[in-house]
Amino acid sequence: MRTVSAAETAPTTYPWAVHAEGLRVRAGRHLAVDGLDLALGTGVHGLLGPNGAGKTTLMRALATVLKPAGGRLTLLGEAVDGRADLRRVRRGLGYLPQQFGFYPRFTVREFVEYMAWLKEMPKTAVPGAAQRAIERVGLAAKAGARMKTLSGGMLRRAGIAQAIVNDPAVLLLDEPTVGLDPEQRLDFRELLRDLGVDSCLLVSTHLVEDVVAACTDVVLVNEGRLVYQGTPDDLIARGGAGDPGDSPAERGYSALLRRHRAETDR
Amino acid sequence: MTTHPSPAVIARYADREADLDEVMVWSVEVHLEDCADCRALVAAGTADDTQALLARVAAAVDRGIAAGPAPAPRRRWSAARNRWLVWRLMPWLTMTVAVLGCAVLLQAVRPSLPSLVAMLAPVAPLPGVAIAWSRRHDPAWELIAGTPAAGLTMLLRRTAGVLAVVVPALALASTRTGVSLALTLLPCLAFTAATIALGAFIGVRLAALALGSVWTLAVVLPAMDTAELPLVLQPGSTLVWALLTLVLAGLAATRADNFRRLASHN
Repeated sequence: MRTVSAAETAPTTYPWAVHAEGLRVRAGRHLAVDGLDLALGTGVHGLLGPNGAGKTTLMRALATVLKPAGGRLTLLGEAVDGRADLRRVRRGLGYLPQQFGFYPRFTVREFVEYMAWLKEMPKTAVPGAAQRAIERVGLAAKAGARMKTLSGGMLRRAGIAQAIVNDPAVLLLDEPTVGLDPEQRLDFRELLRDLGVDSCLLVSTHLVEDVVAACTDVVLVNEGRLVYQGTPDDLIARGGAGDPGDSPAERGYSALLRRHRAETDR
Repeated sequence: MTTHPSPAVIARYADREADLDEVMVWSVEVHLEDCADCRALVAAGTADDTQALLARVAAAVDRGIAAGPAPAPRRRWSAARNRWLVWRLMPWLTMTVAVLGCAVLLQAVRPSLPSLVAMLAPVAPLPGVAIAWSRRHDPAWELIAGTPAAGLTMLLRRTAGVLAVVVPALALASTRTGVSLALTLLPCLAFTAATIALGAFIGVRLAALALGSVWTLAVVLPAMDTAELPLVLQPGSTLVWALLTLVLAGLAATRADNFRRLASHN
């Protein structure tokens, strides 16, 4: 029998891995995502936006942990509504939350295996899948170490290992570069490019340079709405000499945000 | 209830040329691990040359096992998986057992008091159930909420862990004080079911707090004041408690979807 990964079949079985139309999601009483339209396929998508733009709420909705308050959300070809088979959708997802919680006394291997079990992988496949995920993030030497003994950068990598253990078709990483030193960030960009080859990877970050260096696509949100979606080169081209920012990409980011704020103020 | 894969799916699973997506392959493999009937169907559906190949592989594996070193002892994976839960619940379960022990001692010293064990039985499991399903006490709450295994089944599994300690303690306490076993265990199960059913709407922690408070104020305190066993714990009430348990358990089952999402009230 030939096994085909969910990620590999994504382009042929459904047009978009992630598709949102007029998506509205509440964070408590606040409508943090308000009428967002988004379509994502295979590749590395960088999610940018200022604080309070609704990035984390959007990631939680895409991870199916928050229920949309309105609009339409389709993940891996399945509409995520009251009748959705969430278990089936979730088997094809990988998620690293912004607040990465873990059990301090677990070893890295135990933690990743535990997450594989929660993702309902076959028992016989769990040890091998966990080992591959740990090796892929470069933590093989620390597989037997307890989580509480890891540095911040290693913890983020362990978080990514649990997210990719099921070879997800949609991978959601919320602020994965927090706590990484410059060298680790370079390694991390390499890992992102590798992960995005055969899956839809959405990375939320504040670091415009990481997006430009590692992503095939830029998604900019503000006040819960899509401001811009395009290539990193196009983002750079949007910036002018008079726009604030230390790099061409940051100037493009600032220009787009300024324009959006001016339009919404009108 | 077990849902068997359809014969068509099993046939595609057994067919090496068939193009099954990975999520479906997992579903079938997880089912096959526990279902001998479906394993037989898969075996029957394979071609003769495949069976001959499997027989050769099995023989080679057997030779390899016989010639190789002794296998490493299997890890207590389930123990590791539940370690955090045991660690978190231990203080609360210890407190519950200690309070029941005090009730037994008090009953021995003051036989004129209404049965303290019977009055404590409904609320005995509530602290443990509340802690077992609380985002404040589970560091990986958000991570777990996005997995296929999250939901009512996981809550019931954790609740069973609490009841595995509370029910024997209650049974022992009731036999030591001469209280009917049915009048301690049935209210205990009814309140556990009520906590889960109400928890589907307002959160398990809040439901446990509300039910515990109402029971204490409406039943325990008046009974202590009048020094009489309340009407709801009289011997004739066991049938009502049994029916109530069934109804509440059924209600909780109908709200299973409420436990699949991240809820701020937990």
